[in-house]
Amino acid sequence: MTAPARPAVGPVRGYLDYYLTSMRIAIATQFQYRVANYFYMIGMVAEPVIYLVVWSTIARQQGGEVGGITPGQFAAYYIVWTLVRNMNIIFTPYGWEERIRTGELSGMLLRPVHPIHADLGFFAGWKFVVIVLWLPIAVVLSALFQPDLQPRPIDVVVFAFAIWGAYLIRSVNYWILGMVTFWTTRVGPIFQLVFTAELLLSGRLVPLSLMPDWAQRLADVLPFKWTFGFPIEALVGRLPAPELLGGLAMQALWIAIGAIGVRVVWRFAVRHYGAVGG
Amino acid sequence: MAGPAREPLRPLRLFGVFFRIGALNELQYRANFAIQVFQSVIALATGLAVIGLVFSQTTHLNDWTQPELLAVMGVHILMGGVIQTFIQPNMVRLMTDVREGTLDFILTKPEDAQVLVSIREVKIWQAVDVLIGLVVLGVGVAQLQASIGPIQAIAFAVALLLGATMIYCFWLILTTGAFWIVRMDEIHELFEGVYQSGRWPVTIYPGWLRISLTYLVPIAFAVTVPAEAITSRLTVETIAIAAVFAAALVVVTRAWWRFGLRHYSGASA
Repeated sequence: MTAPARPAVGPVRGYLDYYLTSMRIAIATQFQYRVANYFYMIGMVAEPVIYLVVWSTIARQQGGEVGGITPGQFAAYYIVWTLVRNMNIIFTPYGWEERIRTGELSGMLLRPVHPIHADLGFFAGWKFVVIVLWLPIAVVLSALFQPDLQPRPIDVVVFAFAIWGAYLIRSVNYWILGMVTFWTTRVGPIFQLVFTAELLLSGRLVPLSLMPDWAQRLADVLPFKWTFGFPIEALVGRLPAPELLGGLAMQALWIAIGAIGVRVVWRFAVRHYGAVGG
Repeated sequence: MAGPAREPLRPLRLFGVFFRIGALNELQYRANFAIQVFQSVIALATGLAVIGLVFSQTTHLNDWTQPELLAVMGVHILMGGVIQTFIQPNMVRLMTDVREGTLDFILTKPEDAQVLVSIREVKIWQAVDVLIGLVVLGVGVAQLQASIGPIQAIAFAVALLLGATMIYCFWLILTTGAFWIVRMDEIHELFEGVYQSGRWPVTIYPGWLRISLTYLVPIAFAVTVPAEAITSRLTVETIAIAAVFAAALVVVTRAWWRFGLRHYSGASA
C-alpha cells in the first residue's frame, strides 16, 4: 500500500523552508544557552578591547592620530569589530574530525540536501540570538570608549548585506578547508597557518590601512579582507559609494568561488568517507 | 604502607609521581612535540609581527620601549606555558569530574583532595612555550643594555612564583563554581581571551580595566610584575602587595574549595 502522493515542492520553496526551519531550531537551541553564549562573547570582547587600548594609546602619544585614525575612530572600528567577529563565527574546520570519526556525517549524508545547508542554516539562525545578546555589550563598550561613529544610510544598508556576505564567504571557505580532514587527521598546523594569515590580512588585528603596503596588496587578492575589514569599513569608513558597491561585488565573487570549490572538493572528499558508527 | 603520620613533603613526592606518569604518557606521541613547536612558533611570529607593527608607528608605548615590550611578551608566553602545562589541564579535568561524578575517586584517596586535583595532570609538550618565553625574554633583556643583577633575578623568580600561585588560585576559585553551575566549559575560553590582555603591560589600560586585571583576574601579577622585576622597574611596594595578595588568595581559595566540596553530590545523586 503506497502513501498518498504529496504535491511536489519546488526547489526554491524547499530550500527556503529548510533554511527557515533550521534557523528556528538554532534560535530555540542557542537561546537556552544564553549564559554560555555570554561567557564566550565576553571573553571574545577582550581581544578588540586590547587592540583598541594599544592603538588609542599610540594615537594619543603621536599627537592625536596614527595613520590618520583618531582614538574615537579606533573605538568605532573595534566596537563594530565585535559584531562582525560574531557574524564571522561558522562551523569550525576542527569540527570535521568528530563528524567523520563518530559517523555523525552518515546521518547528514542521508538527507536529500547537501550537508552544507545544515551548517549554513543552523549558524545563520544562531546569529539572530547573537545579535540580540550583543546589543547590551555594544552599549557598554560605547559608553566606555566613546566611539566616533556617524554612519550614513547607505553605510548601514551596505553593512547589513556585508555582514551576511562575510558569513557566507567564511562558511564556504572553511568548509573547504575542513574537508582536508578526510585525507589527514594532523590538521592543526594547516588550520593554524590559515587562521594566522587571516588574523594578519583581514583587518582583524588592525585597520588594514596601518599594515605595510605589501600586506595591503596581498590582502586585496585574498578573501580574508572581505570577511572582516570590508564590513567594518563599510560602516565606519565613510567610503565612497562605488567602493561600497565594489566591495559587495567582491564578496559575491568570493562566495561564488567558494561555492564552486565546495562542490568540487566535496565530490572527492566524500569518496574517502567510511564510517562504522552514526 | 605509609604510617598514620602525614609526611609533610608527600604532596611533592606525589607531584613527582604524577609528573613522571604524565610525561611518559605524552612522550609516546613525539609527533605532538613537533606540532606543538610549530604552533608555538606561529604564535610567536604573530606576536612579533604585532610588536613590529606597533613600533613602525611609534618608539615607545607609554614609557615602555621595544626591548621592554619584548620582555613582557616573553613573560606572557612563559607564564602561558606554565598555565597550559600544570594548571589548566587539572582544572579542565576537575570540571569534567564534577560533572560526571568521577570526583568520588579522588575523594576516597588518602590524600588531600585539593592537592590531588591540582597535580595529577601534566601536559609536558606545552612546556615548549616556557622555553620560547625564556628565549624571547632573554632577547629582550639582552637588548636592554642594562645588566641583570642577582637582585633582579631573584625578584623575577619570586614575582613569577607569586604570579603563578595567584593564577592557580584564580582558576581553582572559578572551577569550584562547577560544584553549583555544573557546565562551565566556556570558562576557559573566557580566561584565554582575558589572558591575552597580559601581552601588554597593564599600565596602558584605563583605570577600571587595570584594577580588574590586577585584583579581579591577576594578570598584572602574573605577567607585568615579573616583567617589571626583570626590567628593573619593580618597587618594593609592588612585590609586597603581590606577596600579601597571594597569601590572602591562597587562604580564600582553600576555604572556598572546602565550602564547595561540601556541596558536591557525588556520582550516585
